[in-house]
Amino acid sequence: MKIAELLAGIGGRLLTQSAADTLIIENVYICDLLSWVMSHAQKGDAWITVLTNVNVPAVAMLTDVACVIIPEGIEVGELTIKKAKENNITIISSPYSAFEICRAIIKNEA
Amino acid sequence: MGTIRLKYDIPANDFITAGEASSNVKNKLTQIGLSSDIIKKAAIAMYEAEINAVIHGNGGYAYVEISDYKVVINIVDFGPGIPDLDLAMQEGYSTAPDNIREMGFGAGMGLPNMKKYADKLEVFTKVGKGTKIIITVNF
Repeated sequence: MKIAELLAGIGGRLLTQSAADTLIIENVYICDLLSWVMSHAQKGDAWITVLTNVNVPAVAMLTDVACVIIPEGIEVGELTIKKAKENNITIISSPYSAFEICRAIIKNEA
Repeated sequence: MGTIRLKYDIPANDFITAGEASSNVKNKLTQIGLSSDIIKKAAIAMYEAEINAVIHGNGGYAYVEISDYKVVINIVDFGPGIPDLDLAMQEGYSTAPDNIREMGFGAGMGLPNMKKYADKLEVFTKVGKGTKIIITVNF
């Protein structure tokens, strides 16, 4: 999926650079417990989380997720964005809820 | 390839630099050209141990040795130690305070995740002295 298509589908705004023009999203993973994410998220997942602290980019990097999507327009601090940029992690903000984001991604792929 | 030895400080209660050591080791393993599965195992097991040292252990050190066949990660802290290791190894058991849980930690999966991802996990702990975790991941 092109990053532009994803952004359009979920009303998304890119908070960092995109690692690539084409994001390969294999699946979506939703969870707010970092250790649980580390145990279960897979490479290529779009990870949706309401967490916005500096450990989010670290966990995204370790799990090789395709991108992080922060739902419901939750604000993300400068430090987290800085750390994400340093580690080439793509963070997207969306005004939608986790469910609405999933629905939009599925519709986009249909 | 000769053995690569790395040492990192793990500062206490510092969540901004927490994970730097694991990220750095992940990059090193990537440079060596190992498969992404092996890199992920080592990096996640180490990150969990590193975060534990930050949260519970008043900080400490990480010593990492990368050889031709394996990576051995030592995480040493000088914290309170683990009174009941069997309990701590159980998924869902956590002593993390609320402020830590609010950051998304404290799911009680740190040690279980280390066990899941390490090929060999050794835990040496003494109440009042500290904890030493040795994670081995074979290539």
